[in-house]
Amino acid sequence: MLEKVKKLIEKAGWPRVIIGLFLLSLFFTAPFVGIRVSTSISDTIVRFAMNAVLVLSLIPMVQSGCGLNFGMQLGVIAGLIGAITSIELGVTGIAGFLTAIGIAIPFAVLLGFFYGLLLNMVKGDEMVVATYVGFSSVAFMSMMWLLLPFKSPNMIWGYGGEGLRTTISVEGYWLGVLNNFLSIRIGHFFFPTGTIIFISLIALVVWAFFKTKLGTAMTAAGSNPVYARAAGVNVNRMRVLSVVISTVIAAIGILVYEQSFGFIQLYMAPLLMAFPAVAALLLGGASVSKASMGNVIVGTFLFQGILTMTPSVMNNLIKSDMSEVIRIIVSNGMIVYALTRRMKVRT
Amino acid sequence: MKEQSLTRAKNPLVRFAISNAVPILFVVLLIFAIPLSGFSSDYLINEIITRLGRNSFLVISLLIPVMAGMGLNFGIVLGAMAGQMGLIFMLDWEVVGIPGVLLAMLIGTPIAILLGLLAGTILNRAKGREMVTSIILGFFINGVYQLTILYGMGSLIPITSNKLLLPRGYGVRNALDLLTIRKVMDNMWVMKIGNISIPLGLFAIIAALCVFVVWFTRTKLGQDMRAVGQDMQVAATAGINVDRTRTLSIIISTVLACFGQIIFLQNIGTINTYNSHDQVGTFAIAALLIGGASVAKATIPNVFIGIILFHLTFIVAPRAGKELLGQAQIGEFFRVFVSYGIIAISLALYAWRRRVEKETERRRAKAAIKAAMEDKVGG
Repeated sequence: MLEKVKKLIEKAGWPRVIIGLFLLSLFFTAPFVGIRVSTSISDTIVRFAMNAVLVLSLIPMVQSGCGLNFGMQLGVIAGLIGAITSIELGVTGIAGFLTAIGIAIPFAVLLGFFYGLLLNMVKGDEMVVATYVGFSSVAFMSMMWLLLPFKSPNMIWGYGGEGLRTTISVEGYWLGVLNNFLSIRIGHFFFPTGTIIFISLIALVVWAFFKTKLGTAMTAAGSNPVYARAAGVNVNRMRVLSVVISTVIAAIGILVYEQSFGFIQLYMAPLLMAFPAVAALLLGGASVSKASMGNVIVGTFLFQGILTMTPSVMNNLIKSDMSEVIRIIVSNGMIVYALTRRMKVRT
Repeated sequence: MKEQSLTRAKNPLVRFAISNAVPILFVVLLIFAIPLSGFSSDYLINEIITRLGRNSFLVISLLIPVMAGMGLNFGIVLGAMAGQMGLIFMLDWEVVGIPGVLLAMLIGTPIAILLGLLAGTILNRAKGREMVTSIILGFFINGVYQLTILYGMGSLIPITSNKLLLPRGYGVRNALDLLTIRKVMDNMWVMKIGNISIPLGLFAIIAALCVFVVWFTRTKLGQDMRAVGQDMQVAATAGINVDRTRTLSIIISTVLACFGQIIFLQNIGTINTYNSHDQVGTFAIAALLIGGASVAKATIPNVFIGIILFHLTFIVAPRAGKELLGQAQIGEFFRVFVSYGIIAISLALYAWRRRVEKETERRRAKAAIKAAMEDKVGG
């Protein structure tokens, strides 16, 4: 019995077991401190749905050997451009949401292409370069948000101010278009069916892609570049393609996030967006060079579960909100742990 | 190949321009921006002198890990946090003036050594990924720091002053006044020339640190670090304890950063308990890179040239932005963009250059093997 447990823990990995138990204990404590479990579970699911696509966007780059995409902000920026353009055009409902995606994708492809070329130049140092590419692109776009000639009164500063607001509401445009589609509401329990279907579709497409010849070649380029080259795979092209796909999914991901969250956040808000996503993926059991759909689902659920549960439970237990600090420690601790795991030497 | 032919350009002027492209770019930028901003030269010189005093220690603290081949140590924020903890205790015990600064350093040092030891150990497990690991480690320790300060201080760790604690009885306030030690190091020994005041005392300390760094590179340990930085395997065969040497370089860097942050904050005069350390790593590294340093090579002149150019840009950009585009905010974002952008570009260029070198080497080795094989076949 003990052996079996030991094996199971080893298979799941210590961090996942600890975090999982922690989350479980939070769910058990919740009713005793006067928190409705159905609300908690519902909140966790909604937040899972909000973030899953962003986490999923990391997979292609991990698989192709480009590492954890700390430059995810590029995709987020493409998504933001799509979002504000669709509002400027005044398209509402699901059409507005699709317009936003339609506008975001070409930007994401373009940004992803150049980003991919850059990452090919810096093989071996992708992650640190990506981090600062992400940071600087957010700062650059902050200047752009001030300068771009958007006119919609819902988006620009009132009283003769110039530039876009820091937060823009999507209410009246496409707030909850996915969340509310076929949604189920039982008492305090809410299930965002539309978003879950949307996530499943994207996950299915990505999963199917990695089953195709092209997808297999991409995985090969990541796990053994020398062998892949010998087998006639153009490794550099595979990597660029993976970066483009990751960036496009990230752009869609931020739009899914916004339709649920209700606001578009501009300026420095996206600065650290990559880190929680990366942490969630790693928490799900992924490593720097290997990630699967299962990792995305388990990781996002655990991570968002903790983020949802700690504030409410902790607040009631010790009368102060430690959630922010716990979030910082868990997410960055997880990334440090993954970076220090000894791996096979890659050529 | 192209890169090699560039760095080996015959014309010394071209060679100089290529190897100092970043500082030259900033000089050009400033030539345009300074007149636009309309600041007087007295004001600018005074500002630069203040900022040299304020930032030199922090930037110098980056030099030793670069020498040990660990790249730019984004983990100096760990040292900054240690320094801030020292300052909090100093405020609580109400020690003022120079003795207060010394006390803060005395308390900060063991914390910095511990954090440095931790960072060194972790970075040894992440060889080849030191920089990205040190960035995330900074975020992680920031969480631990907040946990300690916000929940531990006043409850587990004895802090008694009501001026420091939040009204709820534990946790340190968001902003702390450092009036009792404000500018004590800057005012130790001041020389005035016209409108310009020079903090000779502080500059003497910085000069002493520079002498220490130069001396250190000549010691056995310093030489070991250089050897480790050049090639870990060769160093290990030569009997150097690679991991220990690397850890020591990080510890020294962290302790220096701890002192650096205390010097920085005594000049500013307030601590933002939860934010003051956030950008320490980014700004120090951006300054060093603008001074012409790279991931593998950083010298003392790089430090000072970098601080002058980087901080001139910092002072001038918001005003120039306002004059040019009518919005000061653009300038604010511009300087953030410059700090991040310069790090991105420098890191990318360095990684690219290293890859090109590796590939040429591989090609050369292949050609040599081929030639040898042909020799054998022919003979």
